[in-house]
Amino acid sequence: MKFIGFVIVCLTGGLLLYGTVDLPDWGDPASPASTHLSDYYIEHIVEQTQVPNLVTAVLADYRGYDTMFETAVVFCAGLACFLLLRDFRPKKDRYFRHVPTGVMLHFKNPDTRLVAGNEFEHMDKDWVPSDMIIKTVCRILIPFIQIYALYVVAHGDFSPGGGFQGGVIFGSSLILMAISYNLKTLVKRVTEKFLSIFAALGVLIYVGLGFLAMIMGGHFLDYGMLAPLLPSDPGHIRALGMLGVEIGVGIAVMAVMVIIYMNIVSEGRHDEGL
Amino acid sequence: MLWPIDLIVLTFVIFCAIAAITVRDLLGTAILFSAYSFLMCLLWAVMGAVDVAFTEASVGAGVSTVFFVAAVFRTSRRTKD
Repeated sequence: MKFIGFVIVCLTGGLLLYGTVDLPDWGDPASPASTHLSDYYIEHIVEQTQVPNLVTAVLADYRGYDTMFETAVVFCAGLACFLLLRDFRPKKDRYFRHVPTGVMLHFKNPDTRLVAGNEFEHMDKDWVPSDMIIKTVCRILIPFIQIYALYVVAHGDFSPGGGFQGGVIFGSSLILMAISYNLKTLVKRVTEKFLSIFAALGVLIYVGLGFLAMIMGGHFLDYGMLAPLLPSDPGHIRALGMLGVEIGVGIAVMAVMVIIYMNIVSEGRHDEGL
Repeated sequence: MLWPIDLIVLTFVIFCAIAAITVRDLLGTAILFSAYSFLMCLLWAVMGAVDVAFTEASVGAGVSTVFFVAAVFRTSRRTKD
């Protein structure tokens, strides 16, 4: 069986390599993309959209419909993770510690509820004491990572980056918080409800901007039609529309990344994990 | 002259890819995937596709590694084949 798999992989790889023979060379000026596609964008993007970063302009404006469904795919990934993994049943074995005395309580019946003040804290089975160095370094680092993520989203028109990358960086800063402290620290600050609303809100911002353009009399995602709504220079309206769309993508991606992480690492219980 | 960097990085990419499917420790595989993604990111950057390189660095080398490690943490670290 293993041998057959190896042969199939080799055949497919050889076929793919054979297929690349027909592709134009890297940077070939005579390739179809360079002769009548790229030059149109290079010549017209700045005058049409006022966005210096051509990649962002193509992704968020010329191919905006494509990016919209990419965001929807990311949202569906988060939704699938939630539906597959989320487990609302409480755990059978639960441990609590009475903080002032240090006495441990072991609950075997999942229906038992602990009605007490903040004197008891839930103990994790896999919990290990976090190192002070890691905690301190991460606490100092996380705000800078988040500021950088916001910069990447806001500056996507001018430099590499955009909503997707910024959202991923923001999400990983939250994941870093969960790793350096524990999952409960994250869940306490960024609740599941908040994340679910944000994941849907990001897609809604994107689609909503598209429909807003339709209501204003243009085509779907035609940001130029939003000009009467904003007191800004009409030449920059497409750049602003792209910024709005990027913010939507960033919000959705950030929320979905954290949802996927929380569901995977805690087997869908959101109580204990890395 | 950028082509030697290109070739060196490409060699490392292939080594990482082969190592990732041969190593039996799944945690090691996750880290090797991370290295693979980071080297691919270098390749994109050398080729001038900075946006793609950025995405590869943040998604491939960053978040997907965390997801792999989380999945290994909740399943098993050893693979049977």
